[in-house]
Amino acid sequence: MSTTDRFVPDRLQSPLEQRLKSWETLLLLVAIGIFVANSFASPYFLNAWNLSDATFNFTEKAMIAFAMALLIISGEIDLSVASIIALASTAMGAAVQMGVGMPGLVLIGLGVGLLCGAFNGLLVTRMGLPSIVVTIGTMSLFRGISFIVLGDQAFRGYPQSFSWFGQGYVWWVISFEFVLFAIIALIYAILLHKTNFGRAVYAIGNNATGAMFSGIRVQRVKFTLFLLTGLMSGVAAICLTARLGSTRPSIATGWELEIVTMVVLGGVSILGGSGTIIGVVIAAFVMGLVTFGLGLLNVPGIVMSIVIGALLIGVIALPRLWSMWRAR
Amino acid sequence: MLKRILTSRETLLVGAIILLLALISSRFPGFVAPSNLANVFNDTSPLILLAIGQMIVILTKCIDLSVAANLALTGMVVSMVNVAAPGLPIVVILMIAIGLGTILGMINGILVWKLAIPPIVVTLGTMTIFRGIIFVISDGKWVNSHEMSPAFKAFPRAEFLGLPVLGWIAIFAVIIFTIVMTRTTLGRAFHAAGGNPHAATYAGINVGKTQFCAFTISGALAGLTGYLWVSRFAVSYVDIAGGFELDVVAACVIGGVSIMGGIGTVTGALLGALFLGIIKNALPVVDISPFWQLAISGGAIIIAVALNAQANREKGRIILKRAEHAT
Repeated sequence: MSTTDRFVPDRLQSPLEQRLKSWETLLLLVAIGIFVANSFASPYFLNAWNLSDATFNFTEKAMIAFAMALLIISGEIDLSVASIIALASTAMGAAVQMGVGMPGLVLIGLGVGLLCGAFNGLLVTRMGLPSIVVTIGTMSLFRGISFIVLGDQAFRGYPQSFSWFGQGYVWWVISFEFVLFAIIALIYAILLHKTNFGRAVYAIGNNATGAMFSGIRVQRVKFTLFLLTGLMSGVAAICLTARLGSTRPSIATGWELEIVTMVVLGGVSILGGSGTIIGVVIAAFVMGLVTFGLGLLNVPGIVMSIVIGALLIGVIALPRLWSMWRAR
Repeated sequence: MLKRILTSRETLLVGAIILLLALISSRFPGFVAPSNLANVFNDTSPLILLAIGQMIVILTKCIDLSVAANLALTGMVVSMVNVAAPGLPIVVILMIAIGLGTILGMINGILVWKLAIPPIVVTLGTMTIFRGIIFVISDGKWVNSHEMSPAFKAFPRAEFLGLPVLGWIAIFAVIIFTIVMTRTTLGRAFHAAGGNPHAATYAGINVGKTQFCAFTISGALAGLTGYLWVSRFAVSYVDIAGGFELDVVAACVIGGVSIMGGIGTVTGALLGALFLGIIKNALPVVDISPFWQLAISGGAIIIAVALNAQANREKGRIILKRAEHAT
């Protein structure tokens, strides 16, 4: 590390060289490798409908992961996202029992997501509490409310027009969820990489005090990010509820872990300050392909969670081990 | 001095606990009968044991979300060992439990110390890995009461002076760790490493190694609790103590342990755990559905952090005022 102070190169890395050596390129190679390995491992893998089904493994999680990426880049975290899904889904389920139609359900889903995000955001930005504890608390609180409402029951009977959000296809094998995922990815890529807001997010993550002295309203930006994360959880809740057609309080259990893994795997620094949306997109595909491939090989879900957990630690540990080994 | 004792977080918590007990006993006098209180304490003992370990980890600016998974994995291993070799003495079982828990804690500690990976990432990862391993070794099957040997199940329930061994272990842990935290250099290192890591480094304390020790202790306590848990409930499966890590963190936060590190006592963790334990045991008595419990823990965490932050802020102001008067 100390060598970087003394070593001044004549020429910076060319943009092409930089791009080839980036985390995103490496990740893309991994994704392609997994794709090829999967098509050799199972004869059912290379089938348009199967691959389309595989996208459902990650589209909903990835929607939240984009907002979470911005939040983590700014130096905060939200562990309550899966519980927001549960609460939003419960609210929509309760509304169905009262005879609310499709547009109302969507509004309720988004509204609950926004409210939960605002609650997290207020606690973090107004009261100055650490986001990790706040969202560990709201993680039990939000899901706890679902448990109070539902107990061991389930809400069913969602209208046909609502189910389309989770089960509908726009064209041939291209599902509505996949299109929504692509649009949201594009919006977040523009928001993070092409706007002042995105630059403010990076600035806050690298040096919040410096950002404040540069005239960035740090707390307002962070509050907006919590709102966005809540909103995306609401969107994911709509898609997931529509896809499953029922709501139980245990819906989306453990998703917060997979979403954080997706973000970190995508090359976003957990300490804040760096990361890209394209990285998260590729990471979403990698995780989707891994879980789908293992599923085709009849590996039970809980064993996949070992893989996810190992991925989470491995993607951070390996580069550090590599640089420690090179420093010797 | 007296004012400081009266306004300390511990005193406030004792007051809150007494108030809570008074409220419950006004309608259900049976709840505060000594035998029932002993029952409640015994029931809260696993939470107390884990909260002590978690408190030490949080003290060093880390967090251990893998405690419940560690407990479940150790519990499954010892119950499978018991099924395979029913004649094995309890001392050996205890040693296996504590040893395995320690190793699992050390894995967390090594990753945090040597690779400098943020503790939340490490323990979120090991949490799922440990749970997955339970499934792999048990094949998703349960180890039921009739498969466990009588001695295996009897140990935590054996009564001594009206309190089961489980409760006594919690009391011993509180005493031992109070001594460690207040009377040894290691205890002081935990406070220093979390209170101001840079100053601690200059004072000759290896911060990473101290964090490693904290994770090791947390793991050892989780392993011990793993055996006590499965033998007390006489069942072991993949999902035992699912989500319990949140209760443990909640107990610490309620007990006044600062999540930013450096502030926290064993007494605080004990009282925080008791507060949650009493609520948990009182819910069925006052006829509230157990489904409320998750939301109550969550609400308690949020209120407790908010109060902690408030208390710390006021302290800062008072120091400034004093400095102004002095000049």
